[in-house]
Amino acid sequence: MSRSTPPIVGWLVVLAITIALGLFTGNERLLTLAIQTYTLAALATSWNILGGFAGQVSLGHAAFFGLGALLTRELWLGGRPLPLAILIALVVTAATAAVVGVPMLRFRGIYFSVGTLALGVAVFITAGNLRPGISSLPAEALRAYEFQGRYYTALGVVAVTVAISAWLRRSKTGLGMMAVREDEEAASATGVNSFAHKMAAFVISATLAALAGAVFGYFSVSYYPQFPFSVTWTFDAITVVFVGGVGTIIGPLVGAVFYVVGRDLLSSTFPEVQVIVFGVLFILVVLLLPGGFVEGGHRVFAALSRRGTAQPTGSRAEGERETMEGKESV
Amino acid sequence: MRQLIIQSAVSGLLVGGIYGIVALGLALSFGVLKVLNVAHGELVMLGGYAAFFLFTNMGLDPLLTIPLVFICVFALGTVLYSLLFKFVVRFDIETRIKNSLLISFGLVLILQAIAVFLFSGDDRTIVTEYSSKALVVTGWVRIPWARSAGLVVAVIAAFLLEWLLNRTTFGHAVRGTSEDWALASLTGINVRRVYMIAFAISAGLAGVAGSLVSLGYSVSPSIGLGWTLKALIVIVLAGLGSMRGIVLAGALLGLVEGLASVWLGSAYRGVVALVVFLVVLSFRPQGLFGRGGNHV
Repeated sequence: MSRSTPPIVGWLVVLAITIALGLFTGNERLLTLAIQTYTLAALATSWNILGGFAGQVSLGHAAFFGLGALLTRELWLGGRPLPLAILIALVVTAATAAVVGVPMLRFRGIYFSVGTLALGVAVFITAGNLRPGISSLPAEALRAYEFQGRYYTALGVVAVTVAISAWLRRSKTGLGMMAVREDEEAASATGVNSFAHKMAAFVISATLAALAGAVFGYFSVSYYPQFPFSVTWTFDAITVVFVGGVGTIIGPLVGAVFYVVGRDLLSSTFPEVQVIVFGVLFILVVLLLPGGFVEGGHRVFAALSRRGTAQPTGSRAEGERETMEGKESV
Repeated sequence: MRQLIIQSAVSGLLVGGIYGIVALGLALSFGVLKVLNVAHGELVMLGGYAAFFLFTNMGLDPLLTIPLVFICVFALGTVLYSLLFKFVVRFDIETRIKNSLLISFGLVLILQAIAVFLFSGDDRTIVTEYSSKALVVTGWVRIPWARSAGLVVAVIAAFLLEWLLNRTTFGHAVRGTSEDWALASLTGINVRRVYMIAFAISAGLAGVAGSLVSLGYSVSPSIGLGWTLKALIVIVLAGLGSMRGIVLAGALLGLVEGLASVWLGSAYRGVVALVVFLVVLSFRPQGLFGRGGNHV
């Protein structure tokens, strides 16, 4: 994003285009793809708050996505209005995360990852035991099913999630989270309450994951209630975040678009090929380009602007400073 | 009821042997290289397929092909190390663990997809003529031969590994490296070589476990994560101290799961193990048999 236009303008343009997309296309396949992208983008953004900002690599994120989907769908199909159903789901998830977070966040580093993985798998098995049957929309809900409302729900959810994430990244709390990520001891020594910041990240991240889950529960016609608890959702979120750019705002969005579009393009050949392609890409990003696409884009942009302004030293230094600023603002 | 309890305990102990071998391999790579290979279970899966195809295509008994499978997955281990993990061990320990977790996690996706592509998603089991035979004790407790092989091989593997680590020059190099790689490097130990071989042995052990899984249980592309989790639970239970402790913890986990399934039903088997894991991790992070200070 160049210096002359503030980032907010870019966001508004994207928002306008996505709103227009829902108004002018009746193409259900396109809308389905868009809804899947928004759901994954919202889920990835929520993971990024805990994993990217606060540096706690959770492998049990799907538990909260699943909880959001399960509660929203059961309350909604039980006759409550959708907004109320989602609200209850979010409150319950936030409370659950606050309770579960106490023992989980005592684990450091790898133990946190493994602990959350264990938690996620335990919840997955339990969900399958409690709700073994497939969940389908009843006939009257199916007759009233329309894409546009679902499209705007998903768009609203991803917009809210990104807005919260962007606000958080600039807030004092967010800065505290990043301090904890860089060095927990040093952060504590400078007066940052590391446990409180990790807990805030954990609860916000879980609640937003439940919000993404709510979209899934509302959008899907029929699925096994265990499915959204599956570890695949965690895996998808993590690959999307890393390929896009961990710790950034735009990274998870770019990653999600790339992931869903790529999956759609490759699904006509072999579905396994898509997984292999993303797996390889993910490993390459972790090894070679830790900043993901966002960092790659900045490098290319910096190289181009350096070449474009063929002035000696002064402008070059400025170009470099600009990329530094650019990195901060995304 | 008594019969059910004893039978469940026996079945649990037998599967616990396999938990032990899977955990031995994982503990080796985690302890020496300080990398966490969450794709360890995928190596178990590939070893299982190797044993399965050696049996169905060439008629070789899975117990006799254990060394062959070990060598195959050992070789795969050197390849994976040279392609991926070699680049991770350059980092400091914290980054090493985090990056190895992420990389092996990508590997999980890739190996699973390849397995689906090559072998389809079907469950495969090796059926030998002794598969249905069992030792029957006191008239009603059945000890199936094929499954008891798991426990026997686990004990043998643990003793071999302890011998290798404690009695050979290479073993001393491995132990030295796992304690302080910089110091080991100063004393003339080729740390890179130690890393590669330790990782390959770890992979080979996963392959051996796979042979036993396809003999006594079943193999499909998605079994990996479950075995990795069990191995992680066992390592947390045992601590990283001793190889015998790991096999013991594996058997203990199997036993607890077996007994828990009597009262809670087999659907909650996996949940019990995970709850045990979280409780031990919370209250005894050095492990049940650990001597403390061996957390990485």
